[in-house]
Amino acid sequence: MSRVPLTGWGRSTRSTADLAPALTVDDVVDAVRAARAVRTDPASAGRSRGILPRGLGRSYGDAAANGGGVVLDMVGFGSLGPVDADGIVEVGAGVSVGELIDAAVPQGWFVPVTPGTRHVTIGGALAADVHGKNHHRDASIGAHVEGLTLVDGCGEVRTLTRGDEQLDAVIGGMGLAGVITSARLRMRPVRSASITVETSRTADLDATMTALEEHDQRFPYTVAWLDTLAPGGALGRGVLTSGDHSAPDEPGALPLDGLPRPRAASAPPWAPSGMVNRSTARAFNEAYFRRAPATATTAPASLTTFFHPLDVVDGWNRAYGARGFVQYQVAVADGSVIEAVLELFRREQVVQFLPVLKRFGPGTGAPLSFPQPGWTLALDVPASSEVAAVLDRADELVVAAGGRCYLAKDGRVRPELVRTMYPDLPRWQQLRAELDPDGVFVSDLSRRLSLC
Amino acid sequence: MLDALGAPQSVLVLGATSEIAGATVARLAGRGRLRRVVLAGRPGPGRDAAVAAASATLGAEVAVETADFDATDIGSHARVLGAVFDAGDVDVTLLAFGVLPPTPTLADPAAAAEVVTTNFSGAVSALTVVAERSRGQGHGILVVLSSVAGERVRRSNYLYGSTKAGLDAFATGLGEDLRGSGVSVLVIRPGFVRTSMTAGMAEPPMAVDADDVAAAVLGHLTGPSRTVWVPGQMRLVMSALRHLPAAAFRRLPI
Repeated sequence: MSRVPLTGWGRSTRSTADLAPALTVDDVVDAVRAARAVRTDPASAGRSRGILPRGLGRSYGDAAANGGGVVLDMVGFGSLGPVDADGIVEVGAGVSVGELIDAAVPQGWFVPVTPGTRHVTIGGALAADVHGKNHHRDASIGAHVEGLTLVDGCGEVRTLTRGDEQLDAVIGGMGLAGVITSARLRMRPVRSASITVETSRTADLDATMTALEEHDQRFPYTVAWLDTLAPGGALGRGVLTSGDHSAPDEPGALPLDGLPRPRAASAPPWAPSGMVNRSTARAFNEAYFRRAPATATTAPASLTTFFHPLDVVDGWNRAYGARGFVQYQVAVADGSVIEAVLELFRREQVVQFLPVLKRFGPGTGAPLSFPQPGWTLALDVPASSEVAAVLDRADELVVAAGGRCYLAKDGRVRPELVRTMYPDLPRWQQLRAELDPDGVFVSDLSRRLSLC
Repeated sequence: MLDALGAPQSVLVLGATSEIAGATVARLAGRGRLRRVVLAGRPGPGRDAAVAAASATLGAEVAVETADFDATDIGSHARVLGAVFDAGDVDVTLLAFGVLPPTPTLADPAAAAEVVTTNFSGAVSALTVVAERSRGQGHGILVVLSSVAGERVRRSNYLYGSTKAGLDAFATGLGEDLRGSGVSVLVIRPGFVRTSMTAGMAEPPMAVDADDVAAAVLGHLTGPSRTVWVPGQMRLVMSALRHLPAAAFRRLPI
């Protein structure tokens, strides 16, 4: 165990914790029991800092940090079984989505849901109930879990299966309802290692939204990149990439065993703080928009190009410099709120990078799960105290319309708003109390937002 | 800890009646997430007034608490300040207490030593408790109000200056010791600050207001600079003064 500083992927929050590698279920049990002993002893309760699992640290804010406490490094849970004939795979919590893809595609299976990076662990993906480009059709990853193994707050090993109510506290529970050690996932059959992608451009936000709605009928995977810095009426013009797994006989499609090994270049460690500013973002947007064909084209793309484009640059998050960045992601049913938020950001000259827009289908019903039917907008903002008030105003617009922020991305929301954003929070707290009666699981996120 | 946009949720003020602390807390609250302020100081009308003023300025969202802290009662520090941390994380601690003797030193040996006890021994003791508890929570920013008076001690206030020299040295060393712990120490070296402590004194050049000091604290809560002069030009001035031969220094009208 060593004392190390931990930050989120956005590098804008930091605290120091005892990072303890966990390799076996017994390691987890011992660590949880030790943390519980500190928590329940009146002599040490005031100094108790709790315990928290952490995967690859891709949550953007403070969800995977626990200042002063114990953080269990779970990436050692790397067991990965074969995919059975029904598409079920038993996978260790520390296996990354990318590792699972690499192992499963040659067997003719693909992950049911992947977020925008392959470098998230299955444990973390379930704890954040991550979504991907197929949410409108397939919901979030929690909808594809057959069961999981969990070490609860008493240090007991539990097996939760689909239908168990307590699973609702774990899915989307941000690691605060127990330590997931393995999960049984239902995979998706595929016949190639490629995605056939239709790329198209839109003229403004209305057109982007209309096109997304239309594409959601035709494609299992859709997303739109937005130009939120475009002048005047072109605000929200975008590039849609919509796709489906290629048929094996399609020209250019890669065979199942032809998955290229993903290779990543490194972002320079000296990247200055000012690299992402209004001018570079605007120039990038213009170039990105112009690169997309004016009329829709269809071509096969590799899984990485389609699902994980940013993974080709290792440590791209460092490009935001020492102060880091926040990713602002909200879900709201009413599309006009998205427009109001983008107009607010433009009026206030918020520097924003890589905004993406997507439609969500139904949620999983887990109380802290983020996706809800409607729209989701995500964009990166360089961290600075000057932008805080504008983001608060955007939150107000979103909350007034029944929307919410994504806890896996958050490092700055007003704590008082969380109860409105997640009205089922009391139910989550109740279920969590069954799994962790002494409040052993703690994160910087849970402290900041008083979640537990 | 500070949130992703630099806003603290809780602040501990050592020296409840300090005007510089009051101005700093108001600015910290302006970042929009402050919910808990603990004003640590001796019970009495001064602290009551500070609580009333803070409550009025900060609004209903911020809970203003007190802690019965006496810098000279060193034996009580671990208990009194420990209880503040037991009740919840402290994101920022402002060490803002101190006394300024009316004369360069005090003729009464006990009274002279008492100034050292308050400004230096009491501060070292309080910082020791706060540093240990902040280390325990894996984060924290300790803002220590030092003074340029300690950087090159003058005949006109050498008792005060010597206590600030000691405090500055201790705080600087503590900051180095805490590297890697998630806790940092910010040493603030103001020049002449217009407050009730300096009321009636002749104002030298480069005098600042309490809020100027507060602005400097906010500007350097995080970041590479851990020693900050207020105003910023004071750094150059003090750099020159430090190297001035004593014969020349004593002729200066300061």
